[in-house]
Amino acid sequence: MDLAVHFRTAVALAGRFPALSGVDLDVAAGEVLAVLGPNGAGKTSLLRACAGLVPVTSGEAVVLGCDLRKDRTLVRRRVGLLGHAPSLYDELTALENVRFAVRATGAGTDRVGPALDRLGLAGRLRRTPAARMSAGQRRRTALAVLVARGPELWLLDEPHAGLDADARAIVGSLVEEAASSGAAVVLTSHEPDLAVPLADRVAVMSGGRVAEERAGGRGAAATERVLVALSQDDVDVA
Amino acid sequence: MTARVRWVTRVIGGAALVTTALTVWLGLWVTPPAKVMGTLARLLYLHPPIAWVALYCAFGLAALSSVLYLWRRTRSLFWDRLGASAVEVGVVFTALTLVTGSLWGRPTWGVWWTWTARLTSTALLLVLFLGYLALRRVPADPDVRARRCAVAALVAFVDVPIVAFSVDWWQTLHQRGTVLNPGLTLKVHGSMAWTMGLGFLAMTLVFVWMVLVRYRVELLADRIGDEELEVSLSERWAEGATVADAAVPLALPDAVPGAPTGRGAAVGPVPEPLGGRR
Amino acid sequence: MWRDALLVAGKDVRIELRSRVALWQVLPFAVLVLVLFGFALGPGPAALRAAAPGLYWLAVLFSTVLATQRSVAIESGEGTRDGLRLSGIDPAGVFLGKAAAVAIQLVAVQVLLGAGIVVLFDVHLQTWWLAIAASVLATVGLSAAGVLYGALSAGLRVRETLLPLLVLPIVAPVLIAGSRAWSAAVSGAVASGASWLKILGPFAAVYLAVGIALYGPLQETA
Repeated sequence: MDLAVHFRTAVALAGRFPALSGVDLDVAAGEVLAVLGPNGAGKTSLLRACAGLVPVTSGEAVVLGCDLRKDRTLVRRRVGLLGHAPSLYDELTALENVRFAVRATGAGTDRVGPALDRLGLAGRLRRTPAARMSAGQRRRTALAVLVARGPELWLLDEPHAGLDADARAIVGSLVEEAASSGAAVVLTSHEPDLAVPLADRVAVMSGGRVAEERAGGRGAAATERVLVALSQDDVDVA
Repeated sequence: MTARVRWVTRVIGGAALVTTALTVWLGLWVTPPAKVMGTLARLLYLHPPIAWVALYCAFGLAALSSVLYLWRRTRSLFWDRLGASAVEVGVVFTALTLVTGSLWGRPTWGVWWTWTARLTSTALLLVLFLGYLALRRVPADPDVRARRCAVAALVAFVDVPIVAFSVDWWQTLHQRGTVLNPGLTLKVHGSMAWTMGLGFLAMTLVFVWMVLVRYRVELLADRIGDEELEVSLSERWAEGATVADAAVPLALPDAVPGAPTGRGAAVGPVPEPLGGRR
Repeated sequence: MWRDALLVAGKDVRIELRSRVALWQVLPFAVLVLVLFGFALGPGPAALRAAAPGLYWLAVLFSTVLATQRSVAIESGEGTRDGLRLSGIDPAGVFLGKAAAVAIQLVAVQVLLGAGIVVLFDVHLQTWWLAIAASVLATVGLSAAGVLYGALSAGLRVRETLLPLLVLPIVAPVLIAGSRAWSAAVSGAVASGASWLKILGPFAAVYLAVGIALYGPLQETA
């Protein structure tokens, strides 16, 4: 099995603060991992480290076959990160934003239109500057960038936050599609009942590392079991 | 820093003190006043050596360390600390160059300041490296700060010849290199030459000593940071452990094959914060 | 690298056209500087005419700082900065693209300022090609140095105050050489004026080279 992410006692610093204090984590290609945990547990830092944005200063960190401790820039083009702050230019429209992001990676722009359609961004919305969009629309646009780029590793930081029911359903199907096409997905969430059903596996982070791992649950019954197990453990998941 | 380095620092410091004192004694009491400039010429025992340290030793060293830091193979915070120390000392010497030059200029030319090539480019150099120090004071991750400062120092250094060249094309009335005039024998003779040579040695030693001491301060500050980091890392690691220990591992029937299950992460030693980075 | 540069430049220019900061803030500011210099030097036409080349270049320098601030501000949000790094665009391409966008703004500023000193200070250029050559070379150098230092101060909270302190001394040679070259262009002393291009040219070349080489490591600092 190919590993998309392989971390061993990985430490990453945010300034002088150990955002990751020794993460052990493996994510296989085609696997969906949900990362739960309270604020400040290191979820966002984990995603940013996977994307090669935050340097890993000790331990092992290999993402998509690239050793991040040697060169963390190589992997960037191949991962897709949906961050808290969508990477959109306020003055550009949805269409222009997605087109720029796709062209920047050197890909063709033929997938831009379908990607916007997929996220329900059609008609006038495409021509609206990002500054005038709602938070949900901005997130949809940011997701459209990922869809158009088709990364090998999806890193979704709280993909459900600020989205309506319709968009949440889209997120769910996007995750499934990505996984079935062989990409790995790591998503964080504060809402276990939304994240766990999507995941093959659940990791609970605390204190900058993975404190707990569970096989996850696609499907209602499995989800229920994991949620119950996690609550019995008295693990702080949200 | 090892005891030997500290010992070397002390020896250099002592030598700097002795040579400086000797220069002062020779300069003020032993050497005769110069023919034209009279006793003013005594400033020559200090001004050129100070300028030499500022313009060549300090900023040359800063540029060299910046290059070595930016070059991947030699990247080490050693160069960052060294470069920063050199710039800081260099700024002091540059300021002294301007002050001693000004003291000389007032009685000689009748003005504190003239817009000559040398004065202007030296002043600009001072401002450039003050910018470097301002940049350095902005709090940041040591690695980030080092990178930023290395680029700033290098860009400033590249600017120096351009500045010197461009200001040089301004009409200049400054004396051109009196001592190092090519094709001429030394114009300064006897005891005066000796004293000036000693001045160069003294100022260089003072520079080396100051850089060594400054480096040590920088190193200790970094070390405090590293120790704090180790403490906060183990605290954070422990934070994760309490959660994991509270959890009762459940044997789930549908465990994903190949994936590490359970709480393997909870045991094991606290990792090194900066594995082999320094 | 060139393809990336074109992409980034196109994006920055488009954003500039939409936000109109250059049009409504940078250009008026440049003219304002000229007018204020006029007040400071008094109404005597001879003094103004003599000082005009220097004032022109000083206004260009101030505008460079503003344009650079703007250029950095485009990627000041955490999202867009990460986006640019994640896209895998060649950092040298980012540098060239952003510098090109700043250069385009500086050209607009200089056209306006050129007209400004002709109208306000009654200056007549004898040797057009000299003035234009000096301006082109200076624009390349200014935008390269500006964007390089912009990246240096990107993501810092003290960016607004730090950037002028860092940039202005660096571009001092441009002020000197540009003013001299323009003075020569006004008086028609071609030979002495052209020699100043020998400073503007290398300045531009050096900062382009340094930017291409060092923008990568700088991008990782934010």
